[in-house]
Amino acid sequence: MLSPYRALDLTDEKGLLCGKILADLGADVIQVEKPEGNPARSIPPFFEDIADPERSLFWFAFSAGKRSITLNWESEAGKDLFKRLAKTADFIIESFPPGYLERKGLGYEVLTKINPRLMMASITPFGQTGPFKDFKAGDLIASAMGGMVCCTGEPDRAPVRISADLAYCQAGVHAAIGLLIALSNRATTGQGQQVDVSMQASTVRTLHTQLPYWEYSNHIVQRSGIRRFRGGVSTQEIWPCKDGFVSWMFFGGAVGTQQMRLMVEWMEGKGMAGSLAAEVQDWAALDLTKVSSEKIKSWERVIGDFFLAHTQKELYQGALEKRIPLTPLNDMSGVVEDEQLAARGFWVGVDHAELRTNIRYPGFLFLTSEEKCMPRAKRRAPFIGEHNAEIYIGELGLREDQLNFLRREGIV
Amino acid sequence: MERTALEGIKVIDFSWAFAGPFIGAYLGDYGAQVVKVESHSRLDITRVTAPYKDGITGINRSGCFLVVNNSKYGITLNLRHPRASEIIKKLIAWADVIVENFGAGVMERLGLGYDELKKIKPELIMLSATIQGQTGPRSTFAGYGWNTVALTGIGNLTGWPDRSPVGTLQAYPDSVVPWFGVVAVLAAIDYRRRTGRGQYIDVSQYETTCHFLAPLLLDYIAHHRVAMRAGNRSPYAAPHGVYRCRGDDRWCAISVFTETEWEAFCRVLGSPVWARDERFASLQGRKENEEELDRRVEQWTINFAPEEVMALMQQAGVPAGVVKTNKELFEDPQLEHRGYFQRVEHPEIGQCYQQAWPITLSISPLKIRPAPCLGEHNEYVYTQILGLSDQEFVDYLDMGVFE
Repeated sequence: MLSPYRALDLTDEKGLLCGKILADLGADVIQVEKPEGNPARSIPPFFEDIADPERSLFWFAFSAGKRSITLNWESEAGKDLFKRLAKTADFIIESFPPGYLERKGLGYEVLTKINPRLMMASITPFGQTGPFKDFKAGDLIASAMGGMVCCTGEPDRAPVRISADLAYCQAGVHAAIGLLIALSNRATTGQGQQVDVSMQASTVRTLHTQLPYWEYSNHIVQRSGIRRFRGGVSTQEIWPCKDGFVSWMFFGGAVGTQQMRLMVEWMEGKGMAGSLAAEVQDWAALDLTKVSSEKIKSWERVIGDFFLAHTQKELYQGALEKRIPLTPLNDMSGVVEDEQLAARGFWVGVDHAELRTNIRYPGFLFLTSEEKCMPRAKRRAPFIGEHNAEIYIGELGLREDQLNFLRREGIV
Repeated sequence: MERTALEGIKVIDFSWAFAGPFIGAYLGDYGAQVVKVESHSRLDITRVTAPYKDGITGINRSGCFLVVNNSKYGITLNLRHPRASEIIKKLIAWADVIVENFGAGVMERLGLGYDELKKIKPELIMLSATIQGQTGPRSTFAGYGWNTVALTGIGNLTGWPDRSPVGTLQAYPDSVVPWFGVVAVLAAIDYRRRTGRGQYIDVSQYETTCHFLAPLLLDYIAHHRVAMRAGNRSPYAAPHGVYRCRGDDRWCAISVFTETEWEAFCRVLGSPVWARDERFASLQGRKENEEELDRRVEQWTINFAPEEVMALMQQAGVPAGVVKTNKELFEDPQLEHRGYFQRVEHPEIGQCYQQAWPITLSISPLKIRPAPCLGEHNEYVYTQILGLSDQEFVDYLDMGVFE
């Protein structure tokens, strides 16, 4: 889809997904690394638990399909090479602290003079300007400052984040969106521009209704464990079952109560509905906001017992047949072994010949009717500087002795 | 007038609830013309879900609807009315992009499948967003974003290892799928600009969210190791936690990744004796003694307001941040600096905020209009955009096509 375009990717963990998305979409994405390698290569887990910059699964996941060159942009010769590369690029993605590239003489102002069509995305915790611009943050800090941590967890312990570095991915997707908006503009005006991405704001964008809850009714939304306040009522979302947990919501409003009728029928069929069927004649007409929380909890005990008597698989299968929105709380094994993802051909084998293995990766970003556009990783993540010769000699036109000189000088 | 980046791109938005409508809102805010199609007979679930402005129930007053439908024109159209197809044809002929998020097969049953619509406009781009995709044994699964929280493993990955998983309050994948949807639409538009070819895009909440979890999935595939919820801990940083501060339920997050940050962190604490203990001298040691470490850190943070902890740490170059409530986000000076909360005038509820996006562009402006009232732009869209005469508009109206 984006095969005519080239991106130079200077990001660390905060931005790698942006270049991965562009590469999946067909762009030529070149990871430009300092000779010692990208810092994200040190992030665990490592393949076979051997800590090595060529074995980070984090790096594998978010740099698949890219090429890599090494370049020390601190040196004058390195800066010149970078400018030559920038001339050939459509996109630059970077995640240095604000002002870093300017100080190195490689800021957007300089690069845009060389290539006015250049589009550049900068990913930082809080943005390029403003009172927090120099604050440092990883996933946890961005998630806390973006309001997500506050409303996650249990009241008797500290609020929590999701145990994965998702804020980096949020920022990466938005950087890709920003660059594609800029590309659309460039198609008409011929002019590139800068995109400033904030990890904090990318977290705020995941909150949806929490913000109007304050704006409209001065309600501070707090962490509530496995219960949710939806449709004006607090009900349970996560339930233990025989061999794990399932997700199912008995929530307020017409849509929420309709499926309750189906649930009660199902439980009755198993002789486990207790007094539920007798207590409410017409679930669809029930206004849950008028029911006391004690009553709701007494119903939830009956439902909870039903779940405890069944396995995840039994419950998911039954829910699918009865069209009840209940799903298992998968762990990573459940995701990888899920028959829906397999049936869609989601997993794609990626060859790691040097490790004598082939690893299945999450495949397409989406499916498309245009077969040659299929957006997915085409090869494993690159080794440090794997494509130096290919790019410096083959594409920039350096001579072999010139490249060797740069190597000796520690520039490449 | 400043040119918007997506000027001239025309989008018909049949989607509802959360995950689909974000796509049109993003595109609309950057200048695309987005027409949201609704009907009186099947109201968008977000129009009838709390919170309502001032606590007054009303189909144009829900924050759920407003937060995901900015910058759209709102029309009503009864897709099941026998004469509706005449209007639909005009809409499709006008549009570049169709977005929908009904269950798999619903658009086909309405006669609005991609193959049909392509006959009206061969270069059409159409995007369907669902929980589990258009194909496969679970394609007809009808569920909500929180079902995908569970399926993807995010639910299980959130909480404390010694307790039940707690999942997330907001259905996280409801955010992820529309962002990939925007990527898909913009890439497809660029592809069409160069090739003249449209395409049908099938995007799933489940799959797009899996991409965020890719390292953990690879760890299972390569080693059969199952990632576990870890409270606030990280395998490659310590301290890495949310610590109680002075005040009522007030917290500050701190994360220390490098040895330089650890040394700076110790200095902020006044270089206490315990921090010089051999056991804390390396990341590995801090990880092995993390319980004690966390206790020590909290014995210090409890003496300060979270804002003070953040300021002291950040001045020393240590990542730290206040655990902000929804209220505090509205007072956040950085978000304000970015213009994140945009004040707009809504025809029914008056002044309110619409949120901007996590990006700002140096040239292309963001132009946010409030989410539409139900059918607010019927006359404009049907007469000015689709070109119905006033008489035709009134005739369709009388027949109930616009209900």
